[in-house]
Amino acid sequence: MAGISIRAVEKAYGAVRVVHGIDLEIAHEEFVVLVGPSGCGKSTTLRMIAGLEDISGGDVWIGQTRVNDLPPRKRNISMVFQNYALYPHMNVRDNLGFGLRIAGQSPQVVTERVNEAAGILGLSELLDRTPAELSGGQRQRVAMGRAIVRHPDAFLFDEPLSNLDAKLRGQMRAEIKKLHQKVRTTVVYVTHDQVEAMTLADRIVVMRDGHIEQVGTPMQVFNHPVNTFVATFIGSPPMNLLPAVIHEGQVLLRDGSLVPVPARLRAKTHEGQDVVLGIRPDDICPVGHGLGETDEGTDIALTVDLAEPLGMESLIYTSIAGQEVQAKLYGPRIVQASETLSFRLALDRAHLFDAATTRSLDVL
Amino acid sequence: MIAFLRTRRTALIPLLLLSPALLTMLFVVALPLGFSFYTSLTAYRLVRPETIEIFVGLRNYIRLLEDWEFWRVFGRTILFLAIALNVEFLLGLGIALLIAKITWGQRTLRTIMMFPMMFSPILVGFQFKFIFNDNIGILNNALQSLGLTDRAIPWLVDGRLAMFSIIFAEVWMSTSVFAILLLAGLFAMPRDPLEAAKVDGCNSWQVFRHITLPFIMPFAFIAMTIRSLDVARAYDIVHVMTGGGPAGRTELLWTLIARTGYMDARMGQANAMAYLSTLLSIAFTWYFYTKLMQARRYMGGVQ
Ligand SMILES: Nc1ncnc2c1ncn2[C@@H]1O[C@H](COP(=O)(O)OP(=O)(O)O)[C@@H](O)[C@H]1O
Ligand SMILES: [Mg+2]
Repeated sequence: MAGISIRAVEKAYGAVRVVHGIDLEIAHEEFVVLVGPSGCGKSTTLRMIAGLEDISGGDVWIGQTRVNDLPPRKRNISMVFQNYALYPHMNVRDNLGFGLRIAGQSPQVVTERVNEAAGILGLSELLDRTPAELSGGQRQRVAMGRAIVRHPDAFLFDEPLSNLDAKLRGQMRAEIKKLHQKVRTTVVYVTHDQVEAMTLADRIVVMRDGHIEQVGTPMQVFNHPVNTFVATFIGSPPMNLLPAVIHEGQVLLRDGSLVPVPARLRAKTHEGQDVVLGIRPDDICPVGHGLGETDEGTDIALTVDLAEPLGMESLIYTSIAGQEVQAKLYGPRIVQASETLSFRLALDRAHLFDAATTRSLDVL
Repeated sequence: MIAFLRTRRTALIPLLLLSPALLTMLFVVALPLGFSFYTSLTAYRLVRPETIEIFVGLRNYIRLLEDWEFWRVFGRTILFLAIALNVEFLLGLGIALLIAKITWGQRTLRTIMMFPMMFSPILVGFQFKFIFNDNIGILNNALQSLGLTDRAIPWLVDGRLAMFSIIFAEVWMSTSVFAILLLAGLFAMPRDPLEAAKVDGCNSWQVFRHITLPFIMPFAFIAMTIRSLDVARAYDIVHVMTGGGPAGRTELLWTLIARTGYMDARMGQANAMAYLSTLLSIAFTWYFYTKLMQARRYMGGVQ
């Protein structure tokens, strides 16, 4: 039983603070993904959990132990690195068994566990090769195998898939998920790719500039982003953001057009409030070509600037109030540029953010 | 017909282009090598040039095989090589590890480290001859002033001590070859496997032993190859410091060969010795080169 508990953890390099007192409780066997743009402090946080970076402030607990002052080898964790970090002079078998041998396990146990891990990861044929003789995907698998043989309290992954090509990345993503279902262990996974975060996580932790912006299940984070940063970072294509003002109970866009305030937010707005209307492309669809019935919608005529047919759906570039907006069309219908269509905005799934604080009115 | 001429001509071009190199090799390497090998089969004495025509077959070699003194010197040279290389390796490794840790003044230190290599071995020999001199040498002076000893230690007069002194000079002069190459290895070392090993449960010593050391060994083998060739032909330092004495106790292969060839003027015999010594160098080079190639197999193409 080992969850991980991060309490007011800070990291400073000299005078530069890169992690600003973050709190996070990770449950036993939970798969948590830290996601955020490059340089936001994800790796630093992970490395503090691993013990590869000193903790400048706060505490990290693994299970019942405060690990701040423990070296990595005493934390019983495994880590998979972006560059795989295999031992170049050892073959796959020795790479996998190294940690066990260092821990003083008997040769039988080492062989047994290595074979078990190799079986799980499809490495049985490759045990005698050196890392130089493996492809990127195979190296990645060895790195994961090295992590699982030791039966650690937690796995830490630092952008494990970012050196792979797109196809392989998709495959390995699925394998990691399967692996977690087979080998249930606490996982902390770092990535800058929101798709990986959405697909893998039990809970997503969105980070920016050394702060945690939001923690939640993928669906919570997707459906209820707490601010415009999370709203645009999670989801692809990103949520459209339109600056507006509240006027007589309506959302007044920059070109003077009016959109009703979503019913659930009416009580939270006031006259003259500067807001940002956020609406995902999937929630702006030509009438009759949406994701299904919307309880609450408003229709608006828009001219198509560009359409990208993707088969069963098309991505449509148009503009609302002079600002480029992406919309979706579901169904195998061809759309021409400069065609004018009636679009329905699904207001029950639209968001309003306070313009000054960028925070969602839902959470205020 | 024309086509035939053309193919003949194109076939000649590589040979033509190679000829300067081939001729140089012929005159600079092959001929002297052949000539010296021939003289090793004669009773050639430097002072009587006509003896070069007295062909004795393998007699010089056979005499060598039975020559106790020669084999003792042969063995001593191997011992000298083994000690010098190991000490230089260990010291060089220590220095490289220390310098790799330093962040400030590293360049300066690296430069200073190279100083001993900038002197001619002859001068190094003279310098250490002075340092180790039992009457006026600063080492004995220092030891006596510090009260560590009250008598003059015969550094260059006692056989064992003289050998030690020569090795000391050799090590002083050349440890930086190891240090520099190992430092280059440490700089080239990726950081990730070190961190992976720490997470995998290694303490600092285990990380060094299982990850760092295997990674930098190829660099050590390069240094060993260079230095084994260097030490196997050691002559200048020995000649200057002890001249092979006392009573031949510091005689190494090349001092013996030079004595036989130039002092005793028995050039045929000396050349036979030289050929056998070359085998030693080849053996060492081949050994380290094989080690290097083994180690390099895994160095290529890994992230
Ligand atoms: N050793 C270091 N010294 C100074 N600054 C560092 C160091 N390592 C990382 N940083 C800074 O810390 C910030 C967070 O880095 P990191 O955790 O690697 O980000 P990422 O979220 O991309 O993994 C970055 O701005 C980076 O420049
Ligand atoms: Mg990173």
